[in-house]
Order: sequence, then structure tokens, then C-alpha cells
Amino acid sequence: MRIEIAGQNAFIVYFAEQTSAAVSAQIQAAVTNILATMQDSIIDLVPSYASLLVIFDLDLSDHFAIKRQLRAALTNLDGVDASAGSLITLPVYYSKESGPDLEAIATNANIDIDDVIEIHQQQEYRVYAIGFAPGFAYLGEVDERIAAPRLATPRQKVPRGAVAIADRQTAVYPAISPGGWNLIGLCPTRMFDPDKTPSMPVQVGDRIRFSAISRDQFIDQGGEL
Amino acid sequence: MSGFLVKQPGLLSLLHDRGRFGVHKLGLTTGGPLDSVAFDWANRMLTNDVNATCLEISFGGLVIEAQLDTSFVITGAEAPCKLNEDLIEQWYTHDIKPGDKLEIGFASAGTRCYLAVTGGFNIDPSFGSSSTVLREKIGGLNGDKLQAGDQLPCSSKRLSAHCYLAASDRPEYSDFARLRVVPGYQQAEFSPLQQWRFFNSEYRLTDRCDRMGFRLEGETVHSDIVGMLSEGICHGAIQIPADGQPIVLMNDRQTIGGYPKIGAVIPRDTATLSQLSPGSRVRFDAISIEQAHNIHCLEQARFERTSLQPC
Repeated sequence: MRIEIAGQNAFIVYFAEQTSAAVSAQIQAAVTNILATMQDSIIDLVPSYASLLVIFDLDLSDHFAIKRQLRAALTNLDGVDASAGSLITLPVYYSKESGPDLEAIATNANIDIDDVIEIHQQQEYRVYAIGFAPGFAYLGEVDERIAAPRLATPRQKVPRGAVAIADRQTAVYPAISPGGWNLIGLCPTRMFDPDKTPSMPVQVGDRIRFSAISRDQFIDQGGEL
Repeated sequence: MSGFLVKQPGLLSLLHDRGRFGVHKLGLTTGGPLDSVAFDWANRMLTNDVNATCLEISFGGLVIEAQLDTSFVITGAEAPCKLNEDLIEQWYTHDIKPGDKLEIGFASAGTRCYLAVTGGFNIDPSFGSSSTVLREKIGGLNGDKLQAGDQLPCSSKRLSAHCYLAASDRPEYSDFARLRVVPGYQQAEFSPLQQWRFFNSEYRLTDRCDRMGFRLEGETVHSDIVGMLSEGICHGAIQIPADGQPIVLMNDRQTIGGYPKIGAVIPRDTATLSQLSPGSRVRFDAISIEQAHNIHCLEQARFERTSLQPC
């Protein structure tokens, strides 16, 4: 583990060179410890794949005091249960209609579209980071067979709820936005709703499963085509 | 609730308190005034709460009409300001009454003015803050910049005594700045030669400078990194993508990103940077974390010690 300066009032803690479920669980444990022991001087925390950005209040503390407290809060992170975090199932209407890049992924992998859909649902993903846009959760890691590079030309408009793959990551677009990920389906669950508490159904460290639904179920659950 | 009616919104006028904190976990960015120095002065001059909501007027072109009696001040960039047909001074508090028209023209030095009213504008907070972030459609009035016809609600409250900030105590806005940088993040992955180039070259502001980030151009700088995991980005972080041209990440930055960073500009100097126009020149100076803390404490003490002059 390395603690580096990020800025005048920020440290970045690197937990590992690569991400994994165990690393992600360690980061979650660190967040809990930091909030328990030094909440007053913390302005914000940004957990990500293998790092944690710690932003502190320079009017209440300083670099040296924070570094000391961080070191203490970062001990005893081993032995954390990597399967911790809630398990959340997100319904997906997979089809050529809702997932315009399904065919290309199937062709590249030399498998059927149904296999792509099956492989995407087969495993549990972990929320490694939330960012890019409010509610955009980066989930990993996608089976190598259906991993697909970002589009050479990003789309101007990706619909809200689009389920997408980029390399070995998958995500659900929380709002209409431009985007270069490969679209494979649509999820009726709102990933970010500012008027709801909590405003997101998932948080960093949670475990996610996808489960196929029909076109009718998608519409019934509030989905729009 | 009455307050001000927006007659002309200007190019980019946004309601802001100090910013949105503690919600990076949802992917929400900070927002808040780009020039926190001019913003803090505006609130202090009206004896407002430090977090009171002000209007950040980028480039100018704003016309609003008062619907009640209150007091206001305009700080920040130099721009012709008129109350009805009369030119008025910036960095002075003024009274305004129903029917009066306040106009902030286009900035001639600096780029962003701050308008504060007594008590601040009354804006319902979203996620704990009134700050408007257009990219997220959050804060302000429906997450949008000001539009003609908008109502800016505030209380009717006049100052009992007026004041001004002496010219010698005001920030100066020019077309060159030295930006102090705390080296950090992937700094070690930039070779000594690359670091030397970065800290010894002059960069120009491109026209792609906005509330997310300021893109600069000049001597290219490269790191030895071949691919990295996305990680949290702090305010002022200097990101250097593959084209070797630095981007200083500002208030509306994305909360995570995967480009190498050489360090972060201190907040006092991102405020200065935010007042520069495309074509302006900057240089970067590396400072230690101790120096950064000293600067922060000194600026704070100076702000508290500086007296406002009675009118």
C-alpha cells in the first residue's frame, strides 16, 4: 500500500497495482475505518478500482496529521470478507432492438447472440467505482469472450438504462448521454434518481447480477423504447 | 417569492454556493465558484454566511430587475456595471429598490464576476448545495444556467452601513499567471527531463477552457505510463493525456479518470487561472506541501485581517 500526495488537501492511497474483489473489499473497509475515526476532517472520499482519494479540510487539519491518522486507519484491512457488499439483481431486456451492438460482439467472439446474453448473466460483478456521470457504476470483470473495445466513433446519444460493455467492464447508463461503450440491452431500473433516497440502487463494493427479462416485462417495469 | 427578474441571462450565469461536498460516491462533482477568492469577498462584504448563494457571471451580458429593497456587491472581473443608467463601482456595496435595473456588461479584465445580495439568493439545495452543474443538470434553478424570465428569489434586507474594498487589496486580473503546483499522483512516472520541461515552459490557454477543465498548449510532456486504472481526481489536478498537453481540472471535473497526473495546482491559483482568457500565458512552479500549507494559512490570515473601508 502506498500513500501519495494528490493535492494541497488530498491524498491518494494505492492498494494494489491491479484490481480484484479482495482489493475492492479492502478499499471498502478503509472507507469504513476512515469515516469512523476521522470523519470530522474529511471532506470527501473517492473509492476506485485499486485506489482511494481522500480529500480533507485544510481549515481543520493538515497534511501531516491526516497522514498519521490515515496510516492508523489503513491497518488491519486484511482478512476482510471479499464477498461483503449487498447483492443486487438488475433486470435487462437483451435484444437486437435494445442492444444494437449484440450482433457485433457475437460475430467477433464467433458465438451466437444468445450465448453473449447467457455469458453476461452468468457471473457476479462487483461495483469497482462510480463516476464519469452521476450514478454511472463501473462493474467488473466481464468474461473475456464478450469483452469488446470501445467504439471507434462514440454515439452522440446513448439511451438511459443502456447496458453496455467496454473491454472487461460493464455498466448501465444512468441518463441519456454520449457514449462509446457497446450496447447489449436495456435495464428499466433507474440508476440515478435525484428525487429518491437513496438516489442510487448500488454503491461501490456491492455485487451485481443481471437477469434477462422480456420486452413486455421491460415495459411493465417502466422501461421505454 | 420575489427577488430579481432575469431580463437578459448573459452568456453563462450560474448560481453557486461554495460547492457540493461528500457526494463523490454518487459520481457527483463539486461545482462551486471557479474564483473562490472573489466569491468569498462578495459574501464577506455583505456580512453573509460564507456559503451564501451568489451568481457567477462568466464573460458578462447580464441584466436583472429588482423586485424588492436590498443591497448587493459585484466583485471579480472588471466589467462595466450599471444601476439603471448610471455606472457603478465594483467592490462597493450598493442599495437597490423595486424597479431598478442592474446590468453587468462584458468583462474587460478577468472573465468572471460575482454578484452577491444581502442574505444570498434563496435556492433549494440539491445534495446539500445550490451549486449549478450543467453537465449533471443539478443545482441552481432546475440544474440550468440562467434564462430570461427566471426569478432569483432573495430576502429584502438592506445593509445599515456601506463599505468597499480598497483597490490595493483587490485581486489583479491580467493575461499571465504563475501557478503553484504540489507535485503528486504519478509525478514519479514523469522522467526528470519531462518534469524539467513542464516546470520550465510557458503554456497558453486554448479556447477549450470551461468549468470542467482548462486545456493548455505548449511544450509536450510525456510520462512512462502505458495504461492505468481510473482513480479519484482532486480539484486542480493536472492531467496529461497522450498528446502531451496539460489540462488543469476544475470545479466541474469528472470525479474519476484514467490519465496520468503530475500534481495539482493549489486552489488559490486555480482561482487566478479561472479569470484568464484563451491566449493568456501561464507557468507552473513546483512547491512543497509545507509551502502550500503556508500559502493557505497566509491567504486566510490576510483575508481576515484586511479591513473593509466604510463609505
